[in-house]
Amino acid sequence: MTMVYADRGDETAAEVPMRRIKFTVNGEKKIAEVEPRLLLAHLIRQGLRLTGTHTGCDTTNCGACTVLVDGQAVKSCTMLAVQADGHEIQTVEGLATASELHPLQEGFKEEHGLQCGFCTPGMMMAAKALLDRNPDPTEEEVRWALSGNLCRCTGYQNIVKSVLWAAEKLRAQAG
Amino acid sequence: MYPSRFRYEAPRSIAEAISLLSDGGDYAKVLAGGQSLVPLMKLRFAAPDLLVDINNVPGLAYHQADSDGTLRIGALCRHSDLERSELLARTQPTMAAAAPLIADPIVRNRGTLVGSLCHADPQGDWASVVLSLGGSVVAQGPAGRRTIPMADFVTGPFENLLAPDEIAVEAVIPPAQGARSGGYLKLERRVGDFATVGVAVSVETEGGVVRRAGIALTGVGGSTIAATEAAAALTGQPLTAESIATAAGLAASAARPRTDHRGSAEYKRHMVATFVERILSRPSAEPAERAA
Amino acid sequence: MSQAVDEIKIGGIGASRKRVEDNRFIRGKGNYTDDIVLPGMLHMEILRSPLAHARIKSIDASKAWDIPGVHLVLTGEMMATRNLAWMPTLSYDTQAVLATDKVRFQGQEVACVIADDPYIAKDACEAIVVDYEPLPVIVNPVQAVAEGAPVIRDDKENQPDNVIYDWEVGDRDGAERAFAAADVVSKLELHYPRSHPSPIECCGSIADFNRATSKLTVYMTTQAPHIIRAAVAMVAELPEHMIRIISPDIGGGFGNKVPVYPGYVCSILASILLERPVKWIEDKSGNLISTGFARDVYLKGEMALRRDGKILAVRMHTDADHGAFFSDAQPSKFKIGLMHSAFAAYDIPVAHLTARGTYSNKAPGGVAYRCSFRVTEAMFFQERMMQAAADDLGMDQAAFRRMNFVPDEAFPHRTPFGFLTDSGQYAKCLDVGLTAIDYDNFRDQQAQARSRGRLLGLGISTMTEPLGAGNSREYDILGIKMFDSAELKVHMTGKAIVRTGARTQGQGHETTWAQIVAHELGIPAEDVVVEEGDTDTAPFGMGTYASRSTPVAGAAVAMVSRKIRAKARKLAAHLLEVSEEDIEWELGRFYVRSAPDRGVTIQECAVAAYANMPDGMEPGLDATAYYDPPNLTWPFAVYIVTVEVDPQTGVWDVLNMVAVDDCGVRINPMIVEGQIMGGLTEAYAMSNMQFITFDADGNCVGANYMDYLLPTAWETPGFELHSEVVTPCPHHPIGAKGIGECAAVGGPAAFVNAVLDAIKDTGVRNIDMPLLPDRVWEAVTYHRDVSGAPPVRSDD
Repeated sequence: MTMVYADRGDETAAEVPMRRIKFTVNGEKKIAEVEPRLLLAHLIRQGLRLTGTHTGCDTTNCGACTVLVDGQAVKSCTMLAVQADGHEIQTVEGLATASELHPLQEGFKEEHGLQCGFCTPGMMMAAKALLDRNPDPTEEEVRWALSGNLCRCTGYQNIVKSVLWAAEKLRAQAG
Repeated sequence: MYPSRFRYEAPRSIAEAISLLSDGGDYAKVLAGGQSLVPLMKLRFAAPDLLVDINNVPGLAYHQADSDGTLRIGALCRHSDLERSELLARTQPTMAAAAPLIADPIVRNRGTLVGSLCHADPQGDWASVVLSLGGSVVAQGPAGRRTIPMADFVTGPFENLLAPDEIAVEAVIPPAQGARSGGYLKLERRVGDFATVGVAVSVETEGGVVRRAGIALTGVGGSTIAATEAAAALTGQPLTAESIATAAGLAASAARPRTDHRGSAEYKRHMVATFVERILSRPSAEPAERAA
Repeated sequence: MSQAVDEIKIGGIGASRKRVEDNRFIRGKGNYTDDIVLPGMLHMEILRSPLAHARIKSIDASKAWDIPGVHLVLTGEMMATRNLAWMPTLSYDTQAVLATDKVRFQGQEVACVIADDPYIAKDACEAIVVDYEPLPVIVNPVQAVAEGAPVIRDDKENQPDNVIYDWEVGDRDGAERAFAAADVVSKLELHYPRSHPSPIECCGSIADFNRATSKLTVYMTTQAPHIIRAAVAMVAELPEHMIRIISPDIGGGFGNKVPVYPGYVCSILASILLERPVKWIEDKSGNLISTGFARDVYLKGEMALRRDGKILAVRMHTDADHGAFFSDAQPSKFKIGLMHSAFAAYDIPVAHLTARGTYSNKAPGGVAYRCSFRVTEAMFFQERMMQAAADDLGMDQAAFRRMNFVPDEAFPHRTPFGFLTDSGQYAKCLDVGLTAIDYDNFRDQQAQARSRGRLLGLGISTMTEPLGAGNSREYDILGIKMFDSAELKVHMTGKAIVRTGARTQGQGHETTWAQIVAHELGIPAEDVVVEEGDTDTAPFGMGTYASRSTPVAGAAVAMVSRKIRAKARKLAAHLLEVSEEDIEWELGRFYVRSAPDRGVTIQECAVAAYANMPDGMEPGLDATAYYDPPNLTWPFAVYIVTVEVDPQTGVWDVLNMVAVDDCGVRINPMIVEGQIMGGLTEAYAMSNMQFITFDADGNCVGANYMDYLLPTAWETPGFELHSEVVTPCPHHPIGAKGIGECAAVGGPAAFVNAVLDAIKDTGVRNIDMPLLPDRVWEAVTYHRDVSGAPPVRSDD
């Protein structure tokens, strides 16, 4: 971010320490200059303009900001952007290929797993982390894996069905 | 939602980290999982001048048993590593019961056991578990390493015994004096809730007699409580319904709960006793539930 | 031989059409307010009061101004010079925008900072020094009217105390006579605790005043953009045609995004002063502590009963704690909303209700969170009262309700409070529910379990509720009648765009309104695009809340489609060279009655509207319809829950949850079920863990997600939904009724009744929600009722 300040003639502006970081996001290599206090969620949303990752709370509870860091689900609001240095981030925008939706995305649409859509990217990323590790989860295992993501609209039942739909399709694709 | 400004360093060795802390100035904090520290900073309840991020220091992510059964947990061992650990499932029932109950599954991917001990939140679950097992924290500073028993490690809410230029590098659980049993029960209203009441019980039995026992309480006092009298009431005899009931009563007396929106002090004491009884009356092979 | 198109295939009514809006949401390409970036945009953060009631002695913002990147610091004093320190509310009261003399609730807005980015704005907020002088605090209605209570609204003339209104409805004398003649009188008193809708997305706005054009554009998380435009015109004294409110994608509303919040007003003023876009996005703590909460009503009532179980009369009194300002969005005629819809499902000859509203040192509000204007409180009390009365009579819970239901043949039925319920098959719904939960078998199981020391319980909740406010004779907000509208334009190739004055926040309007058009015109739903939310293009509407959109805006969509069809009929007659009387309609097609093979499709009529009009006909195929509903719609529901209670810990688990909802014709069954499940989850949440309370100093407990507990996928039970009973609404153009809020309205009582049924042997009559483990344990252990009203208990 380029900072331009009104020049009030005094020298009260303290030097803002910046750090240069290198990371990969959805397969693309990036460099960024960030303040240490910048949250990863804000780097993603404002720096990278990937607004599919949402922020919904200020106490690390809601999970709307969930992304994958090196394949693990992480709440991006509780990680500093500088900590992404040297790591791989995947956001919801990286789920689909150029021509196809990810089965999770299809599943959420097929099974009405979303209403307002705000928690959905976080839910899908948390679900992806589950399915990468456990391709054939039970309903209970799905609910447990998603217990760090809050939804106000759906009552979760259809979200669980969406994930199980996707799991079945992924297993079929894997053969 | 927005932390105040700070300086940030990401050392690649413990030595470098210690040296940064030594030079760091008035208020420096170590960043490991960050799942307790970063939320505090976002609410501006914590505003360190310097953050020393140890996530790039190699060789700290382990948890392993020595040949004599001592369990060592490195500073960067995440809660989720422990939740999925076969070693814990086989050999550490109290720890295995607690691991799935820490925060929520996503937070568990980053948060660390050692970090949780250092954070010294009175509602932190691991402190009770490690206390009940007679564990210690290994600190490393400019003068070298020292081992601090868990009973001495926490000096108050959010305060620990580490010097400003020391880093906790490992938690150590001593070998058992017999067959291990026990568990951790936590009254949480939903996943991710802090404990209204948490109870860690660890028992080591040989020849039908309890050789060592530990009971520690979460969330029912200004800091984690070691219910030493309750544990003593179990030791040196077989586990019987009577000794369990006595221990449960003593554990409840050791609790110093407050009446608040989570419940009355009386209720919390009652839950301490109930949890002690339930943990001890059920085979340790059963997986733990959240409450009851 | 019909050549009608297949209605389900084209996505008409009854089709579980996959949602159009999903396409962008699943890709992370939603357009929520915080996603929007405008050139030159600045960011605003609000400084909030840490105290619940205090005089402001001084505010020193000098250090905030000095921070590099800060553009503007607004205080109440600065707002006052522009007559903006106070603003009118939707309930004819006034509300502080930024505090001037006093702060009146913890979390109240005291100042705001506009800076280059929100991090700097937050730094600057921290640098503002406010000197407070604490005052005594009021956290409930008893304290509000106690001798010597401080007057919270000393800013108002003619406000000598903390009472906002006293209101009554019904027949006081008739009720007294009925009670005098009763065999049994049942009584109940309870507190419906403060809750908060808490959609995951917080509130926010981007105000963009363009000095060159004098136009103000505001992107805003609002469920009612046209109401906001009118409010902004009043408050900011800008002309209505130069204000554009755009409601982009909204991450959940639930009534939280209806009121006008100080943050919106400050962002607008800041944009006008700075001539740059100003974005304000609140954080979750700000949202929970200051925005429109729900409930916080103390209800007591009694029921006059005949020995055989017939209800002779009901009396109710409600004390509503409105917080520091009376700012509810509700029909202006009814001070306590539609509380008097209570007991509408039962055939009760006479009833009387008195209501009082008081101020307190808490955030303003009360009407929100799927409440349909206080109907949540009404139906909760109703079903809790029904349970208590059945127990007093020694009657079976289901039998007691059944014998008092308004029978099928008695519709339309005038309730003792003056509502006209239009249709229902209540007994059939109850039958479906009881069969689904295996009622008789459960009672056996329950008895057996009890003998082994296990506590199982079953709870029933049945209700009909008024949805779809409302007809212009009785309903208005700030004098504006509560109609809604739809505009339909059919393009020359038979594709169409429909715009309404509603504003979806997840209910699926982009999918369902097109289904109504498909139903009326035979145009495939995928050929119809739906737009809402921009006041420059959307026809006037009163917004989406209180489950009013299908009843009102949906009706408007049907009516405007019929206008189009009427014109298309004329075009068809012209194309087929017959007179209009010879034309018949089947879905998608007009044909000649005497020669059915001769016909034209609706698409062919559309072409004709641009290329082959009859003489004297205006070209084009557009229309607008405004719908003033003749009555509310009355869906009916039966919710049955079974639980097991652990008496040692007070923890209870749901075994089964059955929901039987009759909401008339279902446009999109999949979406309707989604709404029901969402409502049931909120019912579970409120009954089990979710509430906001206050300590004696007015500190808010529940102002963040660590204390305000939303259930996760792990705790939330599964639901069994039933849709066998369909009673079309007789006055709605497509026979549909509202549904979005029903489960949140009727659900909570089912859970509470189930837990109390499980511990029936203790004689406990009431435990206030949420039924936290410590409360249930206390009830079971001491055989006493447990209240949850603030102030929260403490050791002190």
